[in-house]
Amino acid sequence: MKKLFSKPESLTDTDHKYCPGCGHGIVHRLVAEVIDELGIREKTIGIAPVGCAVFAYDYWNFDVTEASHGRPPAVATGIKRFLPDRVVFTYQGDGDLAAIGMAETIHAANRGENITVIFINNAIYGMTTGQMAPTSLLGMKTTTSPFGRDPKLAGYPIRVGELLSTLEGTTFLARCAVDSAKHVLDAKKAIKKAFEVQLAGKGYSMVEILSQCPPNWKKSVPESLEYVRKEMMSYFPLGVIKDKTKA
Amino acid sequence: MPKIIIAQNKCKGCELCILTCPKKNIRLSQKMNKKGFHYIEIIDPDKCNACGLCFQVCPDVAIEIWK
Repeated sequence: MKKLFSKPESLTDTDHKYCPGCGHGIVHRLVAEVIDELGIREKTIGIAPVGCAVFAYDYWNFDVTEASHGRPPAVATGIKRFLPDRVVFTYQGDGDLAAIGMAETIHAANRGENITVIFINNAIYGMTTGQMAPTSLLGMKTTTSPFGRDPKLAGYPIRVGELLSTLEGTTFLARCAVDSAKHVLDAKKAIKKAFEVQLAGKGYSMVEILSQCPPNWKKSVPESLEYVRKEMMSYFPLGVIKDKTKA
Repeated sequence: MPKIIIAQNKCKGCELCILTCPKKNIRLSQKMNKKGFHYIEIIDPDKCNACGLCFQVCPDVAIEIWK
């Protein structure tokens, strides 16, 4: 008998502390699988965010450090410039990357830092139980927008991938989802490509992953998957946003 | 026949694998695990063709497949 599917080596045996149905665990596994496949476990340094994935260092079996809220791109810049032979990636949620860390994100991308960013977009602040995030959709009910997000009051959801695509410094930007097995496999390909861009020294790469957050969306798991497919994907279209490696 | 090992205490019963299985061959157990979740079980191991789609969507890496 041959082992077909099992836990990758870059993932520890620690139980994930995420809510049932959360996409974080899937993305943790995808990152770990890609690192195993590329054989870079010994020289990878991850940077965990503040947010639901704050304990990411417990789950990954390689070096992971923690940064202040929103500052992983700044910390990654420092590590990558001092240790250019290491593979450095940040793992951030939408509250971390698109709200408090927007300045760090844009400037790291604009400088074309040779790092990889894994961006989990669940359109809400998960860890603090469901406040409105910059990526919350119009009309979305959160604890700080109980009547739905109103553009007159709170503006419009930010499409981070498209925003960064206008910057010269970015090399590879893609948007994926983890709502179905097919999209999970597509997300793995995009994450692998992002790491390959960094290994080739081609510059900044980011993979945005639409993730479901059933408890804070006040939905069941099947309803939250439907929400990702219908509402989120129509505002945040999937696919490669920018790929300078082909040009 | 493939061998499917389910880490019962890792499973949170989120049902993503149940929704994904193309053969509708997974269900929630009547029993609960240490965390108080109903964990998943394979209905008929002979029907499984080890496609691994349940593994792909499992957020807790609770499924291991041998063939």
